[in-house]
Amino acid sequence: MPLVFTIAFRNLFYDRLRFVATVIGIVFSIVLVTVQMGLYLGFGRTVTTMIDHASVDLWIVPRGTKSFEDPSLLDVRERYRALAIKDVTDAIPIVIGFADWRMSSGETTPVFIVGSDLRSGGLQPWNLVAGQIEALSAPRAVAVDRSYFDRLGISGIGATAEIRQQLVRVAAVTSGIRSFTTTPFVFMDVNRARAHTGIPSSKATYFLVRLGPNSDVNLVRRQLMSNIPDVEVLTPAEFRERSRTFWLFSTGAGAALFAGALLGVIVGTVIVAQTLYSSTKEHLNEFATLRAIGSSRRYIYKVIIFQALLSAIIGFSIAAFVGDAIVKLTAATALPIVVTPGLTVGLFLLTVVMCIGSAFAAIIQVTRIDPAIVFTR
Amino acid sequence: MTEPLLEAVNVAKDLGSGAARVAALRGVSLTLNGGELTLLMGPSGSGKTTLLSILGCMLTPMEGTVRVCGHSTAGAGPEDLALLRREHVGFVFQSFHLFPMLSATDNVRLALDVRGEPSRAARTRSREALAKVGLPHKIKAFPRELSGGEQQRVAIARAIVGNPSIILADEPTAALDGENGQAIMKILAGIAREQGRAVLIVTHDPRLLPFADRVVHIEDGRIVGEERGGAKLQ
Repeated sequence: MPLVFTIAFRNLFYDRLRFVATVIGIVFSIVLVTVQMGLYLGFGRTVTTMIDHASVDLWIVPRGTKSFEDPSLLDVRERYRALAIKDVTDAIPIVIGFADWRMSSGETTPVFIVGSDLRSGGLQPWNLVAGQIEALSAPRAVAVDRSYFDRLGISGIGATAEIRQQLVRVAAVTSGIRSFTTTPFVFMDVNRARAHTGIPSSKATYFLVRLGPNSDVNLVRRQLMSNIPDVEVLTPAEFRERSRTFWLFSTGAGAALFAGALLGVIVGTVIVAQTLYSSTKEHLNEFATLRAIGSSRRYIYKVIIFQALLSAIIGFSIAAFVGDAIVKLTAATALPIVVTPGLTVGLFLLTVVMCIGSAFAAIIQVTRIDPAIVFTR
Repeated sequence: MTEPLLEAVNVAKDLGSGAARVAALRGVSLTLNGGELTLLMGPSGSGKTTLLSILGCMLTPMEGTVRVCGHSTAGAGPEDLALLRREHVGFVFQSFHLFPMLSATDNVRLALDVRGEPSRAARTRSREALAKVGLPHKIKAFPRELSGGEQQRVAIARAIVGNPSIILADEPTAALDGENGQAIMKILAGIAREQGRAVLIVTHDPRLLPFADRVVHIEDGRIVGEERGGAKLQ
């Protein structure tokens, strides 16, 4: 084992209590950053879940639409203008809106209606665990997620309720389609969605555009924008980014999550810096001896940086276990913490950078060391 | 006549600042030759440690010149001085300054590791150095498991393992009993005479005089006398 590593290792473990405190500091810091960034990713995914599950080439949206939940409306005549363009094979109307769900007990709860042309597909419920998509074509049929059964006062297929004084019957049940607003999604046919949200039959919220094979998406997009006034034509990626940006940054949610992550980094840096500084101070005699026997500053910096790296690796390993447990605990919640391989790598690099950055104060101290102190101590 | 391994000419050094500024050394000239054990003796505050720091390339003089194995320290920065120490000077300290968490072998190996010597070869040489100072059976021992005399032998092994031409020792027997002190001095005298190195020992202890080839006396920052082979020269 290289001697630099041995010295770093033994310096670190020399005072075990201090080492434990350091590791706890790093774990706390990295878990906090993991939670914040995992929430950021989870939130980012949740707010775009409808866009992610629509099988579509382009979205026609009202001009100025900020997110999928935006209540602006399009005229259905625009659908025909879209269909008039060569290569556009379908323009599926989508209707969304909030409504009250009245349970058989008389209690009400808000729901978010998603209506789509079920024959065309476009935006149908997914992860079905009971019932069939075709069953939603039946009069009054809706699909809900099983995680909201208690909220909706139902127990499964066949359960009934009222929306806008009109009877609805649960014909299909999904799993894991959760809304970040905690308002349950209710899927149904587009025409019934209009009736339940009060949107006239001449209006729709979006048109999902499908193109023929080998179509030039950009060309069709330009044609759609020139043919249809007061709309925007977005690719799924653009709409996803726009929704995510709106919810994460216009609402301040993203800033709060980043501020939490920054706080974690600051706490971790201060704790590791304090530990390395006091450890270096405690071993000042040894570092002075190293200087006296001719070691370069670089050699001593290596000892300190190895200490920082060791702290980073041990702290990160424990934090990864804790983070994994938290991810599993939140997996079934409305706002799951999502940790991707990229985030894991990023967190490890952050831990390393944080710990090495923390070594700065200790390095400054060692830089000023006078080797001649070995004669007086 | 061979060139001295270490040569200080008219060295002056002030320490402190303002009203607390004192002239620690004033016009000190001293040479150390290979194969000689020199004792530097003087009362507390006479400038012994300051002179040792300058000769050991830890401090640079305000005036005068120091040449170590032909290399001048004039204008040298901290890293240049560290290189000179690494290549030419071995140190033995009063309080040993061993690393408590390293074994005897690793403590000795440090002097080679800072030079970038590969681990395996360094380990072999460190064990050989420990054998030379009479500790072949203590290679795995940690400082806490060694007596004071044994710890000082480890420190001597660390000083000689890199084959420096000059060994500077600061009160190497002060923390030891008489018997251990004599044993350490025999080793240092052997290093000077058998290995042709220049050994300078700072001491108060007159019991070390029989081991010296030369004794230099310092007072108030000046060399005030020198004896060689029992004859007072100055």
